Amino acid sequence: MAPGMTLLAVEGLELRRDARTIVSDLSFSVSRGDRVALMGASGTGKTTVLRAIAGLEPLSAGSISVDSARLAASSPTDAQARELQQRVGMVFQFHHLFAHMTAIHNVWLAPVHVLRQPRAEAERRARLLLERLGVAHRADALPHELSGGEAQRVAIARALAVNPALLLMDEPTASLDPARRGELAATLCELSADGTALLVATHDAEFARACAQRILLLDGGRISRDGPAAEVLA
Amino acid sequence: MRVIVALLLVVCASPAFAQDGPELRWGGDAEGGAPFVEADPNDPARVVGFDVEIAQLLAEGLGRVPRFIQVGFTSLDAAAARGDFDIGLSGLEDTAARRSRLAVTIPYYEFRELLTVREADAARFRTLGDLAGRRVATLGATLAYDLLVKAQAEHGVVPVTYEDDVHPYTDLAIGRVDAVLLDEVLAERGVRRNPGLINQPTVAGVGSYVGLLAPGNTALRDRIDGILRQAMQDGRLEAIFRRWEMWNDDQPRLYARLTGGVAVPAPEVAADLSTWEAAQRYLPALLRAAGITLLLSCLAMALAIVLGMAIASGRVYGPRPVQVALTAVVEIVRGTPLLLQLFVLYFGLATVVQLPAFLAALLGLGLNYAAYESEIYRGALEAVPRGQLDAARTLGFSTRQALVLIRGPQAFRLALAPMTNDFVALLKDSSLVSVITVVELTKQTSIFAANIGSWLVPGLMCAAMYLALSLPLARVARRIEKGWRRA
Repeated sequence: MAPGMTLLAVEGLELRRDARTIVSDLSFSVSRGDRVALMGASGTGKTTVLRAIAGLEPLSAGSISVDSARLAASSPTDAQARELQQRVGMVFQFHHLFAHMTAIHNVWLAPVHVLRQPRAEAERRARLLLERLGVAHRADALPHELSGGEAQRVAIARALAVNPALLLMDEPTASLDPARRGELAATLCELSADGTALLVATHDAEFARACAQRILLLDGGRISRDGPAAEVLA
Repeated sequence: MRVIVALLLVVCASPAFAQDGPELRWGGDAEGGAPFVEADPNDPARVVGFDVEIAQLLAEGLGRVPRFIQVGFTSLDAAAARGDFDIGLSGLEDTAARRSRLAVTIPYYEFRELLTVREADAARFRTLGDLAGRRVATLGATLAYDLLVKAQAEHGVVPVTYEDDVHPYTDLAIGRVDAVLLDEVLAERGVRRNPGLINQPTVAGVGSYVGLLAPGNTALRDRIDGILRQAMQDGRLEAIFRRWEMWNDDQPRLYARLTGGVAVPAPEVAADLSTWEAAQRYLPALLRAAGITLLLSCLAMALAIVLGMAIASGRVYGPRPVQVALTAVVEIVRGTPLLLQLFVLYFGLATVVQLPAFLAALLGLGLNYAAYESEIYRGALEAVPRGQLDAARTLGFSTRQALVLIRGPQAFRLALAPMTNDFVALLKDSSLVSVITVVELTKQTSIFAANIGSWLVPGLMCAAMYLALSLPLARVARRIEKGWRRA
């Protein structure tokens, strides 16, 4: 599949929490190497949509496809969710690093136990990832010893270590000061140059402008606008 | 059941129920059963037995009203010394230790120590010398126990101590032990109640029953000795023992000696050691018992941890029916006394499966503590932030991998402090297994204390050993925690 072709396809998606409908009949797509910001006021369901794409939420209707993996509301199985999860990485707002492991251990754990890479190889690649994200000097620190920005970079490295085609990020600038926001935007641009697609939920317009090529505006459980950043944020 | 009756007796024996006039407060253990002291089957608020009638006889002679005070058999000496009652009467044996520490009456009944065996073994197990390497049951802190300890050194007999005089014979009948050594009163009753057992004619030793008074109470003791001598001469004691079918030719000889002005014979096992000598002699046995306590506690804790983890995993991850079933198991085990569970495992199941005592103790403690451990682990598992489990799923970990690699290790850290706490509690709860014949540290200490007639030195030695076992453990746990919290 060449760059530019559809990687993520969300079709007629409906998500509910108990009786409350969070989003309904939601459809959009993201191409390989795209950098897309999912925007909207607090409580519009940005996080829930990201979680659904990561295979963490039950679907009430519709389907989500990433590459050849497809999760549909009509016949959801754990195996399908696992297929989806193998192609999608997620960086949570609060990072959720494994609290009992050092930064680098957080990064190589999945390559060793999920991808069955040899430990030495996985550790070498983990160190490269941490270097690339500028936190190699914190490799042996425990999560509670990291600053918010450092923890986020380790979380990005952890998500990238399993080579996802699509990286989801939830409110990545929430714990960053303005200088760090610029750095993060630059880092994400670099990543997408390798072909990793990005879908970032944020309400930070400045960051969206710096990072995303395309903006999806979520309003009332539907996409109200979809277009280039310059246009939507104008 | 017997404990309930005993409690009832204590309540009913309170002053509100007593008759008028000065009282003769006499202590005994209604759990000892007939013919000594037992709750009247027709009226559990009353006690009957030959010791009850002797108490009545003494009270009459003193112009007092007898009042029964329930005291556990092994606590009778200490209670007598404290003055909890005027006189203790409960098939209490005349020993050198008692004579040196308490005011002891003249003997009122002489008994022989008899060896009871299964009929099939009658030809090969005639004396203690025939029982090398065999398990021989008795009551702790009795003349028979002392004889068995001697036989252990001389013939390699293995003494097994019980807390009551019923189960030695039932366990002999089902083959858990190969012989019982106890006084003839108990032996006759044991053979009567358990078909297939016989008493060997050889006499392993001779002892006698006495009354115990506080050491300073020699004036009352002398008056009681007078009353006993009178009753020996006028046949009232004979009448009592005939009523309980205990009269035999040994008694007139004993009474003739006592009323004929002959000095009271010294008890047979007369090892009146100083406390220091006794401490030295008992130290190896206490250390061995401490080893059993430690081994039992470690194995039981290991079992509790493994089972507790399985139960906790089932309650967190299992389908609804499994969760309900496991919750029920935990509540039943937590909600019933460990003592009861041990009794059921060892004696209750004996007709179905005869667990060796140590195994039954291990299972009882392990299962009981597994219920507590499982609750700690369940709480700890649920305390690990959900977000980390979501992160694990997005990274492609299976549920099992997430448990083993991420949730389990963090839960274990949360659980370590309460687990250490439980291990120390288990170490001490392990003393309960003495009711199913395992001689661990507390039991060995109580045998020691009964033998020298004081709890002070044995108690201090025992406490020091428990601390020596539990303190290093607490230290190790703290060090592990510190390692996890490194800066």
